[in-house]
Amino acid sequence: MLHDLLYLAQQTINALQQGSIYALIALGYSMVYGVLTMINFAHGDLFMLGAFACMLLAGVVTPLLTAVPPILVFILILLMVMAVIGFLGAFIERVAYRPLRGAPRVSAIITALGCGLLIESLTLVIFPYSQSIPPLLANRTFELMKVADPAGAGAPLTLTITALQILIIRVAIVLMVALDFLIRKTRYGMAMRAISFDARTVPLMGIPVDRIISMTFLIGAGLGGAAGMLYGLAYPVIAPSMGILVGWKAFIAAVVGGIGSIRGAVLGGFILGAVEVLAVVFFESTYRDLISYSLLLVILIFKPYGLLGSAPNQKV
Amino acid sequence: MKAFLASAARARWPLPALIALGFAIAILSQYQPIFSGYAQIVLITIGINIILCASLNLVNGYMGEFSVGHAGFMSLGAYTSAVFTTKWLPDLPALFPVAVVFGGAIAALIGFLLALLSFKTRGDYLAIITLAFLMIVKSTWENIPYVGGPAGLLGVDKMTTLPWTLFWVVITILVIRNLIYSKFGRAIIAIREDEIAANAMGVRVREAKILAFVVSSFFGGVAGALYAHLNFINPKYFDIVKSTEILVMVYLGGISSLGGSILGAIIFTFLLNALEPLGYWRMVILSALLIALMLFRPRGIMGLRELPWFLPRRELFAKGVVPLAPKKT
Repeated sequence: MLHDLLYLAQQTINALQQGSIYALIALGYSMVYGVLTMINFAHGDLFMLGAFACMLLAGVVTPLLTAVPPILVFILILLMVMAVIGFLGAFIERVAYRPLRGAPRVSAIITALGCGLLIESLTLVIFPYSQSIPPLLANRTFELMKVADPAGAGAPLTLTITALQILIIRVAIVLMVALDFLIRKTRYGMAMRAISFDARTVPLMGIPVDRIISMTFLIGAGLGGAAGMLYGLAYPVIAPSMGILVGWKAFIAAVVGGIGSIRGAVLGGFILGAVEVLAVVFFESTYRDLISYSLLLVILIFKPYGLLGSAPNQKV
Repeated sequence: MKAFLASAARARWPLPALIALGFAIAILSQYQPIFSGYAQIVLITIGINIILCASLNLVNGYMGEFSVGHAGFMSLGAYTSAVFTTKWLPDLPALFPVAVVFGGAIAALIGFLLALLSFKTRGDYLAIITLAFLMIVKSTWENIPYVGGPAGLLGVDKMTTLPWTLFWVVITILVIRNLIYSKFGRAIIAIREDEIAANAMGVRVREAKILAFVVSSFFGGVAGALYAHLNFINPKYFDIVKSTEILVMVYLGGISSLGGSILGAIIFTFLLNALEPLGYWRMVILSALLIALMLFRPRGIMGLRELPWFLPRRELFAKGVVPLAPKKT
């Protein structure tokens, strides 16, 4: 009994790590959908670029700063990755999405698909093989609990958490709290919420819509880049295809939480992380995708606009 | 010469003549080495892509929805027809058309269920539902050992020939063209323009949507069945990248245009094969092309315009392509 509880507790820790990464990516989808009602299909590939940017930056920065404590190097690289990916996201919006704002919505979605494909295939040209990220921090494993195997024969079961897991969860939570503050308490955040509430009236109130949208892409892509870096540290072998694999999952998380809702994205991310980890606990690991996508369909049947989303008001 | 071409574009006879010529060449090529093996495969692939493209155009172009799950229907058709010809009734080449129809029917059945589900939500959420559908189908095949699991289904006979492909291309274009210029087709276009207004005018929105979805998924399944009997199939082939390819073809050729779908499928398949030596650069070029196309010509090459050959006679009069006969007074 205790054995099973311990196992479940271990999986909960893993789910928290997975969920916080999903939540960070899902935020980017949700923020963009909130202001533009557009699905930014290139976001998953920006997440993937975050991991590659971390690899490249770590190769340059770490040898230069040997005297600096590793945690500061980590924070420096994290900020640089967020800045690079953030500006890239804003740049894509500027050149590819903004000219299409008056065009049919589908054109923008297709362009986003094209941008994602372009990023992925360009990365594939530069890095045809999987790359590995050097560890930025010495990873330590903390043993929280140890229980002898009841049968007496096997090795004792331990409940462990690594320093990296703590760091990932902590960074994710700090970023989410900062975002929540930005959206609820600052003028930018107020403008962002206003645009998603009524995009047609807001420009009449003197709010620079273009600048706010650029900001949204900057922040959303920056968070995606940070998620990519955390993911790369947790699973150090990275490949261009992970943009699609993980990115689409995070998109599901955003939809489950209610796309357009910031807190919904976080909730959806953690739910998806938990479902994926639990699916592997109870079924074979090959069923993971089947279960998480079926969950999405079931939730959409009962809550068509996600858990925390609200139905758009239909104007005729 | 120019005058001849101009009159041929308006006339009714060239299309049946072209189809007859196509069939003659296709059937002859089975007995005489007209095309090399590679050329045959490229031509069949173009045919399969035309079917995929025209059928997706019905939902994404004419109805204005955004489905990303077409590769899922293709996969359903491919697997069910391949199971039919390899496991249930093997070694009966005469039953190949039945297998293709069976694959299409299963895809249509699932398409019907998906259409019902899609009424729960609106707009962009169809993209999400079809995405989930695509992933579920792929994951299901991977977990069924009966169809080979992740390794794919082996030992499928190469029964897809040029005449069969041409036959199905003609059927697809004919059915979709007749559907579009029927009462239901008008309803589908009305839904694209304004669903609420269409509903208020008495268009049966649900019926029209379900019909469009079922027809589209049927032909998606047919294309998959043809593909399964030409190539080796495994679950990974029918993923989001395949769906994106079909979307690229549709939007390249032009939405709401069967002529555009044919053109898009031909150009895209040709480029894909011509750029083969470039390796990974191929996808870079194709995706850059897609972005440029959307920025400078968002409706595609033939967007919202139709080849005069596909228009019914009354449409030709309405558009002034053919002058009405002067009334005798």
